[in-house]
Amino acid sequence: MSDLVFRNARLIDPASGYDDMGDLLVQYGKISQFGDVDAPDNVQEIEADGRILSPGLIDMRVVSSETRIDQTGNVAAAGGFTTIVIMPQTGSILDDTSKLDYLLRKGAEGSPINVYGAGALTHGLLGQAMTDIGLMGDAGALFFSNGDNPIANSRLMRRLLSYSSAFNALIASRPLDPDMSAGTCAHESDFSARLGLPGHPPTAERIIAERDIALAELTGGRLLIDMVSSREGAEVLRQAGRRDLEVYASVTINHLSLNELDIGEYRTFAKLDPPLREESDRKALLAAVNDGTIDVIVSSHDPRMAGEKRRPYTEAGAGAIGLETLLGAGLTLVDNEELDLMAMLRALTCNPAELLGLASGKLAEGAPADLVLIDPNAPWVVNPDHMTSRAKNTPFEGRRFIGRADMTVCGGDIVFDRLGA
Amino acid sequence: MTSRITHPDGYVFAKRHCLSISDFNRVEIDTLLELGLHYCAPQAQRCDHLKGALLVNLFFENSTRTQNSFEVAAKRLGADVVNMAVGSSSVAKGETLLDTAATLNAMRPDVLVVRHNASGAPALLSQKVSCSVINAGDGVHEHPTQAFLDALTLKRTLGDISGLRIAICGDILHSRVARSNIILMGLLGAEVRLIGPPTLLPADADRWGAEVFHDMSEGLRGCDVVMMLRLQLERMQGALVPSKREYFHFYGLDRAKLDLASPGALVMHPGPMNRGVEISSDVADDPDISLITKQVETGVAMRMAIIDALYAARQNGEAAHV
Repeated sequence: MSDLVFRNARLIDPASGYDDMGDLLVQYGKISQFGDVDAPDNVQEIEADGRILSPGLIDMRVVSSETRIDQTGNVAAAGGFTTIVIMPQTGSILDDTSKLDYLLRKGAEGSPINVYGAGALTHGLLGQAMTDIGLMGDAGALFFSNGDNPIANSRLMRRLLSYSSAFNALIASRPLDPDMSAGTCAHESDFSARLGLPGHPPTAERIIAERDIALAELTGGRLLIDMVSSREGAEVLRQAGRRDLEVYASVTINHLSLNELDIGEYRTFAKLDPPLREESDRKALLAAVNDGTIDVIVSSHDPRMAGEKRRPYTEAGAGAIGLETLLGAGLTLVDNEELDLMAMLRALTCNPAELLGLASGKLAEGAPADLVLIDPNAPWVVNPDHMTSRAKNTPFEGRRFIGRADMTVCGGDIVFDRLGA
Repeated sequence: MTSRITHPDGYVFAKRHCLSISDFNRVEIDTLLELGLHYCAPQAQRCDHLKGALLVNLFFENSTRTQNSFEVAAKRLGADVVNMAVGSSSVAKGETLLDTAATLNAMRPDVLVVRHNASGAPALLSQKVSCSVINAGDGVHEHPTQAFLDALTLKRTLGDISGLRIAICGDILHSRVARSNIILMGLLGAEVRLIGPPTLLPADADRWGAEVFHDMSEGLRGCDVVMMLRLQLERMQGALVPSKREYFHFYGLDRAKLDLASPGALVMHPGPMNRGVEISSDVADDPDISLITKQVETGVAMRMAIIDALYAARQNGEAAHV
């Protein structure tokens, strides 16, 4: 760890709304000064040349496994992330303290960035028996999730929210009615009907979102609606926001950037869970991020082997990698004036940090030096062959993006550098 | 006979049944506790106040300690005792329960002690029989004699219950002992706290006149008495509580947690205990802090007092009508 000073950067602190040109000094792994900086000698100087210097990005939804965690960390660093949270459905399901502990140890040893885990809500993610939420929280689980499986049983969901409220734990729930969506692989629309793909309507999302918000209200639990995908879902959240509830929501970058037409002629790389929906849904989700109704943007990074995607659409695996494309896709939306830069950065830094109780996610003296240097004007084309990720299942292949991460600093260490500094 | 059930203020105890703590006023409670104190003396435990009377134990739920406690109490009072063998298989629907009541009534018992898994069953029986009915635990409603014996144990040990801070910990949602104790300890002037995970507390428990805590360390602070409740094993396998391990870690009473209570705090448990689940053996077996054995001992005296008082009140009532 060496001390660094960034010169002539556009410093953005989404937590406070600070946005000004200046310098930033990193000492002993922490931000020690920013704005006008009086740097000591023998400090490595980095000429930012007007690039944006933001708190490092935080991704609350990454699928990986304890054996690939170092690789995932490198991929995330290349995408501008300094903190990732590994979902419980990866590798051996994170449903007890020992598995969680093992993952965290592997992450600390092998990954250049901060790796945390989300604990499983139920044993084996089967939606039946509650896991040791209190003990796993003590062991470092940042929140609890049932992975991609919604909790079908309302009584269990009530108990989970109720029990976890004693520990002030955050409970993530996939808003999807499992019966209504059983056997579907697409959004229910005339488009999917013409392709002959079985779909479910956004109502399947709305029903469970409304149920879980009502249960959060009943129990006083902290709820994260995990990956909203529709206008109806965003509307439910907007209404919940008017009440004094601890209800939060995330959206994937895919659902902000793409719509069902990107499935085209059965492109399985665009097969996602939740499915891509209509353009009006995408617009509504962007509006919800811009006005703060949706708190967090996630990559929902989910590497799939080629064989899983090289199948008929209905049989192919759902999911996409996203750590390396999230920032480019987001900045392109900013460039198109669809997404507000400050709202986007809030949803990627201070909002998740606050939800997860992390000290990072902000530019503040004494805060961890988790930083990303962003060139918002660099054009590039998504080419999976040039990616760090070994899995190549990106729905953005061939897309032209404006803006990307040039350097990532985690705890004062340069963990990714495109500039060759 | 009336002297034993006459309060120093001159009020004569006149209740026929013991169904719920809230059936009694403060004067009646004091009369019962005084009488209980009287029966704690070994020489008082041999008497014939109920000679010739018949007490029937009617336990629709399995119980060893409570049923035996009533049997011993009644025999020490000189009464005859019949234990009706009601297998759990014949746990009655309302109709059958009333049929049983009619049959029993024909045998003309003086006191009927009833335990039933349906809340309100003893109250229903009391309307159909001509004898006194004692609720020995009904569903998740009340267990008034347990609360009385807990109060008497504290009275014997500490003298006064008023002003004590009492924590009731664990599965309050399913506990009839907790419901009776919350009312009784509150009436006697104690400050009652409820401690447990949210899944084991009734909705709006804070409206019961007790402060609710989910963090045991916080809840135990300054408590003089810690009452632990039994956690049913089937409730801790992921349905309401994740596991025994997690439950004991956060809500089990061990020495470290007890150290957060007042110095010299006492520990109670209605039994039977799950050692290592809600209470550590270390705490349960320490004679300096555990009142658990004393509770059982006091239970006989307290039940003698309740049986005696109800019987005497009934005799008085009949005498008045002659």
